Amino acid sequence: MLAVAQQEYDVIIVGSGAGGGMATNRLANAGLRVALIEAGGFYDPADEAQRTQLRYPWESPRRGASTRRRPFGDYNSCIGGWELDDEPFTNGENTDFRWWRARMLGGRTNHWGRISLRFGPLDFKRYDVDGLGDNWPIGYEDVKPYYDKLDKFVGVYGSNEGLYNDPDGYFLPAPKPRLHELYYIKGARSLNVPVYPMRKSVLTKRLNNRRGVCFYCSQCSRACGIHADFSSSTVLIYPALEGGQVDLYTNTMVREVVTGDDGRATGVSCINTLDGSQLEITGRTVVLAASACSTARILLNSRSPQHSDGLGNSSGHVGHYLHDSTGASRAAFLPDLMDRDIYNEDGTTGGHVYTPWWLEGENLDFSRGYHLEIGGGMGMPSYGFGFAVNQYNEFLGERVGGYGNSLRDDIRRFYGARLSIACRGESVPQFSNYCELDPTVVDKWGIPVLRFNYQWTQHEINQARHMQDTMEELLEAAGGILLGSKPGADRNYGLTQPGEIIHEVGTTRMGSDRKTSVTNSFGQLHDADNVFVADAGTFVSQADKNPTWTIMALSWRTSDYIIEQMNQRNL
Amino acid sequence: MNRRETLKSLLMSSLGAGVIASTGCAGSASPARRISWTPLPDSYSYGRTAEEKDYDARLFAESYLSEHELVTIAVLCDIILPSDHPNGGALDAGLPEFVEFMVKDRENYKLPVRGGVAWLDNHAIDNFGADFVNVSEQQRLQICDRIAWPDVQDPELQPGIRFFSFMRDLTLTGYYTTEMGFRDLGYQGNTPNVWDGVPQHVLDRHGMSYEAEWLEKCVDQSRRDVIAEWDDDMNLIT
Repeated sequence: MLAVAQQEYDVIIVGSGAGGGMATNRLANAGLRVALIEAGGFYDPADEAQRTQLRYPWESPRRGASTRRRPFGDYNSCIGGWELDDEPFTNGENTDFRWWRARMLGGRTNHWGRISLRFGPLDFKRYDVDGLGDNWPIGYEDVKPYYDKLDKFVGVYGSNEGLYNDPDGYFLPAPKPRLHELYYIKGARSLNVPVYPMRKSVLTKRLNNRRGVCFYCSQCSRACGIHADFSSSTVLIYPALEGGQVDLYTNTMVREVVTGDDGRATGVSCINTLDGSQLEITGRTVVLAASACSTARILLNSRSPQHSDGLGNSSGHVGHYLHDSTGASRAAFLPDLMDRDIYNEDGTTGGHVYTPWWLEGENLDFSRGYHLEIGGGMGMPSYGFGFAVNQYNEFLGERVGGYGNSLRDDIRRFYGARLSIACRGESVPQFSNYCELDPTVVDKWGIPVLRFNYQWTQHEINQARHMQDTMEELLEAAGGILLGSKPGADRNYGLTQPGEIIHEVGTTRMGSDRKTSVTNSFGQLHDADNVFVADAGTFVSQADKNPTWTIMALSWRTSDYIIEQMNQRNL
Repeated sequence: MNRRETLKSLLMSSLGAGVIASTGCAGSASPARRISWTPLPDSYSYGRTAEEKDYDARLFAESYLSEHELVTIAVLCDIILPSDHPNGGALDAGLPEFVEFMVKDRENYKLPVRGGVAWLDNHAIDNFGADFVNVSEQQRLQICDRIAWPDVQDPELQPGIRFFSFMRDLTLTGYYTTEMGFRDLGYQGNTPNVWDGVPQHVLDRHGMSYEAEWLEKCVDQSRRDVIAEWDDDMNLIT
């Protein structure tokens, strides 16, 4: 069954995450008629039927354990996962790419850790620094005005430290460090490793009268009923929907962008995922913000006589330069934190402090940096709490194991006596790392799926080795006893698999040379001037910073450009 | 009475009768004793999608563990975390039902739990002539003493040690994720509050303090409700 949407839109936006939400908000605010298309369902964390925030573990039969649909736990707000029913992907030779997809309003902004780090001047010009990869066609000065607006519009806590490549911003005040974070600070200082307040999109102070102020439940990952954290739906899309300029199409999967004889887009073909019916939506412009890989997939599937290799792919670059952040982690037992006084230290989600990359310009055997995120504390028990209950006895010369009421003492003795570090680093983008259409496999709706081809280079592997050495030194300096074994070369030094950090970018990279890039610096396709990309596909390189803040800054910049071009009647 | 109702209380010795008869050691069985536990809810409502509701309803309708397996797990959980405590124990926290749910929820738990119970019975029969729930309490504790400590090297005991560790994990996680477990731990969080740092007496105890320079960057909670404004140099002025 084929239906055609009744009206022609000014803009069709595909995807409701960070990029699509921002474009929706800005373009609707400018008075444009917007169709927002989301593959998953509607979501509102304040709706009691969807709420998971502030629930106790016993409200779930599995006590918050992960499921296939909620890989980060039963109470995580994000519906999606590494494996989706009916939506496979494949891996080419020697590839173990992990592809995490959200299927809900707000996309992956329902899942992220709210860490909001601006890229710095060096992050846009890495080729100039190390001769690897390419520079962005724009610099920090082009994006700074948008970061500034974003800070004030969406809200981010942090502190101005005057660091060149971790620029200052319009920050809300930071929350005070927790006890284990004070131990980390002390240890790091002794090694001359800097520590600063974390930067997170959580409202520690009132930003406006629409949204509430954080009440410190630490549960941003469950989505905040008073909208004190940022997610695309609550902060960007609901206000846009109220304006009446936006038609929201949920449970609607875009199959391809439809183009006319002149090669320009006329709209999109979609499938209603609930009943399988087809829908065509027409519009003057199309903004793709389906996530880097999903957008590449849509473009590659949009084949026409004018775009025989897929829309926007005359360069052959769609899908290429796919890259994810690197990651490694380690944990320690902190004897100083045994037998703790118990108090509420939930705080904001995750760590309150972090270490940005501090060795820029040092002579190392890898080229790009990483930052450190700190974990620990007296979190709420959920599934997994109490596992290996007295394993730390090993370090105290006492016996591990046993049974009976003495286990209660072990539980209290070791509660919150752990310190962990997770590193997130920058990888060097490679043309040879890419996603493409699998020639034979289709999903439930008959849409060809992606096949990934991805290998880390020696740069990432050496970086991971450095991460491991650093984490050991820092954990021990904090008074920790290292847990587990240090992964060696046989395990790539604990380097995560590509895709695992869920920061994949680069598949439709921007550039001024249309032979080696897919879009211009505004995310506009070189091959079709009324099609834009507003997700992380346009990133030339993914800094060691989490990408969300830059996705939104660039999406806002793209939105301003669309408005300007429409006003000048170029679109 | 549905299966869940039935399960709240199981007769220990009669369930082992088949095994006892087949080994010809019926005489060694301990006197019949009921083991019972506090039931868990059989429906939950916590922000599930329709698909998730269907999945959980299917799990609740299914049964995987036999009554013999359940009673064995109940006896074991009770040894691991007994109920003779003011904050209750494993059976008060409905542990057998929790274990059963997790085993149904996770395919990779099924065989280890089934095989673990069977190993325990094999071991009890070989050593004491009846399956685990039908040997004497003293004999059960003797078995547990052999398999409760992972540093024991005896190769024959390794499967039992592994199973016991798994059951200890499930028992503690199942107990500490209930209200009585929260009480036992003294957990204070999961409630709206205004975080203003580590309490002073805790800082003192650990010889820690906040640096003045750091505190300047932190939120003044008395002005958290005042709308943020900045000057042009990125300084917060409210």
